[in-house]
Amino acid sequence: MERIPVLKMGQFLLVTIQVDLYDRLALGLEDDLINMVSRTDARGVLIDISAVNIVDSFMGRILGNIAAMSRVLDAETVVVGMQPAVAITLVELGLTLPGVHTALNVEKGMALLRTKIGSVSTGEETPHDRIVE
Amino acid sequence: MIVLLSKEILAVATEPEIILFRNRTRELAIKIGMGLVNQTKLITAASELARNMIRYGGGGTVTLEVISAPKTTGVRLTFRDEGPGIADLSLAMRDGFSTGKSLGLGLPGAKRLANEFSIQSEVGKGTTVTITRWKNG
Repeated sequence: MERIPVLKMGQFLLVTIQVDLYDRLALGLEDDLINMVSRTDARGVLIDISAVNIVDSFMGRILGNIAAMSRVLDAETVVVGMQPAVAITLVELGLTLPGVHTALNVEKGMALLRTKIGSVSTGEETPHDRIVE
Repeated sequence: MIVLLSKEILAVATEPEIILFRNRTRELAIKIGMGLVNQTKLITAASELARNMIRYGGGGTVTLEVISAPKTTGVRLTFRDEGPGIADLSLAMRDGFSTGKSLGLGLPGAKRLANEFSIQSEVGKGTTVTITRWKNG
């Protein structure tokens, strides 16, 4: 089955969606991401949707689910790179992605994640930060 | 007066077929010179309605038409299924109502994203939804 690759970088998981998402693929991504958050102790998830042409209510729900589930596992989610036309459409559709952090690009998204988890590291593994917090 | 410029019918019963149908819709929108925002609205609405058709109607067909009105052109999509139909249309058109586990944005959202929207449904017979998005709507 087709899968969207999830990369681990330090404390973060990175996903770049570069194909047209159909529902089963999106559900697979939700599953993979949540399992990886739990398995790798990731503190943040960054999802790059700059190559995604449409986000409909199903895809929006998946993004919300990923954010909510990650939150429960002590990880923050940032969605980056949304195309302006997609943003306009999402709001008109009635979907405002509550609970999902967004940033304009990957760089800003990474910066936001670092602030969110209160770490100044450059993405290196810093397990002790968690105890200190 | 509306003139029909082209017409094709696609079967949409599986998820990969939704992708094919979305891509074909985009091709038609680009062909008539529709702007990116309107294209995105049209395709998002199309995606919602195609999913509904598969999930609740057991799949069906979409008729894709390019139509021309006196001052503009547009894409008209007609979704037809022979599923169980919708018992209470006004309830189905309400934001946040869903008989499935979804967000309940499909029908009302698609209506907001289209310039024209109509729905007919008969319990036991099926549902037909038509949307039009004009090039400069």
